[in-house]
Amino acid sequence: MQRTEEQTAREERENDRIVEICLLAGKLMLQNGAETYRVEDTMTRMAAAFGAADAQSYVTPTGIWFSRGEDDPAKMARIYARSTDLRKVTLVNAISRQAAEGGLSLSEVQERLKEVEASKVAYPPWLQYLAAALSSGCFLMMFQGVWADFLPAMVAGGAGYAAAVTVHRFVPLKFFSEVLAAFLIGLIAMLFVRTGYGQQIDKIIIGSVMPLVPGLLITNAVRDLMAGHLVSGLSKGAEALLTAFAIGTGIAMVFSFF
Amino acid sequence: MTVQLVTSFIASAAFSLLFNVPRKILAQCGFVGMLGWALYITLTDEGIDSVIATLAASFFVTLISQIFARMFKTPIIVFSVSGIIPLVPGGLAYDAMRLFVEGDYSLALQSAARALLISGTIAMGLIFSEVTNVFFKRPPLKRTPSGKPH
Repeated sequence: MQRTEEQTAREERENDRIVEICLLAGKLMLQNGAETYRVEDTMTRMAAAFGAADAQSYVTPTGIWFSRGEDDPAKMARIYARSTDLRKVTLVNAISRQAAEGGLSLSEVQERLKEVEASKVAYPPWLQYLAAALSSGCFLMMFQGVWADFLPAMVAGGAGYAAAVTVHRFVPLKFFSEVLAAFLIGLIAMLFVRTGYGQQIDKIIIGSVMPLVPGLLITNAVRDLMAGHLVSGLSKGAEALLTAFAIGTGIAMVFSFF
Repeated sequence: MTVQLVTSFIASAAFSLLFNVPRKILAQCGFVGMLGWALYITLTDEGIDSVIATLAASFFVTLISQIFARMFKTPIIVFSVSGIIPLVPGGLAYDAMRLFVEGDYSLALQSAARALLISGTIAMGLIFSEVTNVFFKRPPLKRTPSGKPH
């Protein structure tokens, strides 16, 4: 059967769309804190579900390259900002699962991914600050603190996390906002102890900085390294180290100034 | 012990809320964190070195996370992160930093080395657990002409 030009053009458009959708899925997962190997796996599985069995993907923390096959040109998506929204990762994962089982058409997948992209974070800011405060207090108790310090740790932890989020909105420099947040935590803890409302400054600070600790990055870095994604693993490890360093700097500033 | 269990549950669940984990699995995340922490403090109370205790706890956490990931059809990272967080040697890193600031370098280095060792141990726990994961891995992607993986 001879192919008409129209058919070829339509096929090409369809292929472009598959690449576009896979890139969108990958981008959503990577931006919201999924591991590199999972992003690659999801993209190739999705492409396979739509008939591109030889899809190739290359993912780093700052960009994604994706191609339908070895002979096809690759498209790329640049990732500028990364945050942690595991709900979106879970949603995209569920969509790709459904698509791989053949339960969704191409346009349905596109529609759902766009929905996920447009959706807001699951929890309002005040609830997040409250959660940060609560976990700070609980971490204090886990690290053998005393109940008298529970409230100071909650205040310092909540304020520190809120500061990190707020400052980051105005100054898009992660290191800076983390230093400032840690500084604030140290300052509040010191104030509580100096005025007699807190007892162990060390325990209060340790509990309060926990919400800033780069736990997700560390886990991801290890998993990526193990899966052979050396570039991603190392750069995520570096990011984690930088955050730890920022926290240390902020607290150290408090101790050397006051 | 009860205080430890309750606080570790709340801390882990609250932490996963910070990561925007979906509401219906928040409690499971808290549960993973609680089990990991319970194992850690039980072992350290028995007088076992904290490095070994961290290794055991992080292995355990990843193991449960794998089971939960299958049960709830959710990426494993959702559970493992909330479980790992309490094990992160924040206190030691803090001690090291404070001692450095105070100019006590030899003691600071001791704490820093220990913090590094424990971080590495968490990684080791994750890796060991990953090895066991190979036994029940997801079926590999089938590259058939129809292209539909089963």
